[in-house]
Amino acid sequence: MSYDATYTKELPLVPERNSFKEIDDVILKPVDSKPTKKWWIAISISGTALAIGLFCWTMTVLYGIGLWGNNNTVAWGFDIVNFVFWIGIGHAGTLISAILFLFRQKWRTAIARFAEAMTIFAVLCATMFVALHTGRPWLDGYLFPYPNQNAIWVNFLSPLNWDVFAVNTYFIISFVFWTIGLIPDFATMRDRTKSGIKKIVYSVLSLGWSNSNRNWQHYERAYLILAGISTPLVLSVHTIVSFDFAVSILPGWHTTIFPPYFVAGAIFSGFGMVLTVMIFVRKIFDMEHIITLDHIEKMNKILLATGTMVGYAYGMEMFMAWYSGYIFEQFTFLNRAFGPYWWAYWIMVACNVGFPQLFWFKKIRRSIPIMFILVLLVNVGMWFERFVIIVTSLHRDFLPSSWAMYYPTIYDFGILLGSFGLFFTLILLFVRVLPSVAISEIKAVAPGAQPSHKHEGGSH
Amino acid sequence: MIKKIVNIFKKVNEDQNPWKDEKSDKVYAVAALFNTPDEIIHAAEKVSNSGYNDFDVNTPYPVHGMDDAMKLKPTRLGWFSFALGLTGTLTALGMIFYMNGIDYNNIIGGKPFFNFPSSVPVTFALTILFTGLTTVGVLIALFSKLPWLNNPLLDSEYSKATSQDKFGIYIKSTDSKFNQSEIETMFSSLGSSAVSLIYDSKVNEKKIKTPIFETGFIKILIGVGVGTAVITYFTLNWVIFQMPFDWMVIQPKVLPQEKSKIFADGFGMREPVPGTVARGFMPYEYKGMPDSLVKLLANPLPVNEKTLLTGQKRYDTYCSPCHGNYGKGDSRLRGQFPNPPTLMSEKVLNWTDGNIYHIITNGQNVMASYAKQISRDDRWAIVHYIRALQRSQNAKDSDLN
Ligand code: HEC
Repeated sequence: MSYDATYTKELPLVPERNSFKEIDDVILKPVDSKPTKKWWIAISISGTALAIGLFCWTMTVLYGIGLWGNNNTVAWGFDIVNFVFWIGIGHAGTLISAILFLFRQKWRTAIARFAEAMTIFAVLCATMFVALHTGRPWLDGYLFPYPNQNAIWVNFLSPLNWDVFAVNTYFIISFVFWTIGLIPDFATMRDRTKSGIKKIVYSVLSLGWSNSNRNWQHYERAYLILAGISTPLVLSVHTIVSFDFAVSILPGWHTTIFPPYFVAGAIFSGFGMVLTVMIFVRKIFDMEHIITLDHIEKMNKILLATGTMVGYAYGMEMFMAWYSGYIFEQFTFLNRAFGPYWWAYWIMVACNVGFPQLFWFKKIRRSIPIMFILVLLVNVGMWFERFVIIVTSLHRDFLPSSWAMYYPTIYDFGILLGSFGLFFTLILLFVRVLPSVAISEIKAVAPGAQPSHKHEGGSH
Repeated sequence: MIKKIVNIFKKVNEDQNPWKDEKSDKVYAVAALFNTPDEIIHAAEKVSNSGYNDFDVNTPYPVHGMDDAMKLKPTRLGWFSFALGLTGTLTALGMIFYMNGIDYNNIIGGKPFFNFPSSVPVTFALTILFTGLTTVGVLIALFSKLPWLNNPLLDSEYSKATSQDKFGIYIKSTDSKFNQSEIETMFSSLGSSAVSLIYDSKVNEKKIKTPIFETGFIKILIGVGVGTAVITYFTLNWVIFQMPFDWMVIQPKVLPQEKSKIFADGFGMREPVPGTVARGFMPYEYKGMPDSLVKLLANPLPVNEKTLLTGQKRYDTYCSPCHGNYGKGDSRLRGQFPNPPTLMSEKVLNWTDGNIYHIITNGQNVMASYAKQISRDDRWAIVHYIRALQRSQNAKDSDLN
């Protein structure tokens, strides 16, 4: 892990080395104390959304996806829009926990655990959509290659099958990465708790971890390896998601810019969502001193950078459509910007490219209310980006006789709402039962946490 | 088993580690706590330089330079990850090669059944999956020897302090140089804030070297695994045939012969709308008329091998059971049915083609119409074939030329 003694600015509450106990206390306060009123209000809202979603979910399972707005022409609607949206959100978590770790960005420590949890929950939401959109979700076992009575294997030439592997690997690896980080924290919780049941649970979860240096030595290497493999993984996942589109021959989808464009968009939307949630959580759990304004400002800078990259991709798509001289491609892009879905296109451009430019100003990067509005717009904009890519490309393709419009139904909206409910409910439960900041990691970067004398060295 | 669980809860109420056996009198280790990372590094250097081997350091987080101070060899974990990651690569390639390249070929746009580029994404994902899972598995089971819930250290004041803000070091009694009082004085002279003794739990430590490979644990693991698999299998097999998982057996449609409430008469099957004409249907103008009126019809088909062969096929299928293979009326049906007449009679020999066609199409007395079974062209082909039969059965010398 990365250690640094210049962490003072980010940790004003615990400025002295001997107050590690205070770090424990602050981080574990939500876990140790009874839920506050703020928390109950939050969970009742997210729980309601989840209940609405569950209702629509059940109806879809019972009566089939005819309840949705998808039609012959626009065969992919909200289901895939939301899938890509949620998978993208997950990417910020891995970026923070793995890529920033490799780049030795110490400020990531305060938000890494939280962002990883978001990754896991977002991928759960995403898989829910693909699982459901197959129509008969109880047969989804056939997505995996297993020896079956029909003697059929899955088709490895299909990007949709690559997706199955990519998304599942992504979920498993993120989950493992996250749990490995939790083991030392469980040990700390085990040694602090006074309650019998909690003691049993934490003892089992910590696997009997004793903070031995002979274990830490291997642990650190394992952490580095996991960060090292998560980095290409996170880049590959959205690349493969983009293949779902790019490998087809549909104008507006069939383009080589998709992989980098999707990855940049994923990080952009992910950071938007991390910030949205973080702004709430640090308020609800009084963690303003651990997740500081400095962290948030750094994340806003990343938003600015990735938002601009996405803007470049929008421009480049337009340019390539014109430069290709291919009339179907040209039509698709004109239709996107000025056709019946013009409003979706311009919402996307405004929210993703326009408004984030305000982050050039330091005042705005550090102002919670303005930034909150901006990150909400980013979330909206990135949702619309997927909507624009999927619906506007499909609704008018080569055959004018099959052109159609897409009208989502109340069930589409219900399931979308439900996915937000699921996501926020899981987040709220997570911050209550698990340490939402990695305790052992934050201790390691606290001032004076590392030896000052000349014996220093070793394999870091 | 139940006693064990009860014991676990009892101990928890006494604020003890529930997995630790009764404490024995045997000293497990001498442990010392320090307040700063500098002190602990110093202590670790001192201990390792004094020739102790069975010692360990406990810190709330990894301390820089500790591996060197303890003279630990660099970890070999990475090699395991690498090797098992490669296994993932090969597994994926082998799997795709066998599944799509050999066992189940998909024809997609004429592409090769197995090809490398399209195998890359899955291979990549599985490589990472294998690397990640094995790294973690090897870390826990092999390198950290976890889970080790009855570790004698756990739940001691020493251990509780080191998981929060103190830095601890302990030397085990199994060390060849172990001498309790000597070590205690050494720790005090190093400036330790607290020196304490840690007692062994009754379980011999040797037996739990790698607890994950213990037979008891493995048995439980296998038991749980098999149990879950069996239960899942039977539950799933039951669940997937409950509503709403009807496997599309229940469909809101009317099958032949079924009732339907939609129609006033309650029949699901409907008569065609009056005047409906089936595809390809041509009305027959002499329908139901005596054959004397049918003289004008001419055979539209040319006489050639193809029509004759079609005619033969159709004749053998539809006509020979009654009229016999050569049209002599000598089929085995004779005597069981109004005897089918021979087609070699003067009457038929003198008929026009149209007359024979009329009989096939319209039927005659007991012989039913064959218009529904045999298409128009095939009926004319049969007529040609009957003509050929008639000639062959009454052949003249001149026919041989
Ligand atoms: C079920 C047995 C049966 C089959 C099959 C059958 N026929 Fe006949 N066919 C009869 C009988 C019986 C008669 C005599 C009807 C009557 O009493 O006028 C007859 C009469 C005829 C006659 C008129 C002969 C005459 O002397 O009046 C012709 C021509 C004829 N059949 C041709 C055919 C052809 C061609 C086929 C094949 C498409 C065919 N039949 C199939 C039973 C059959």
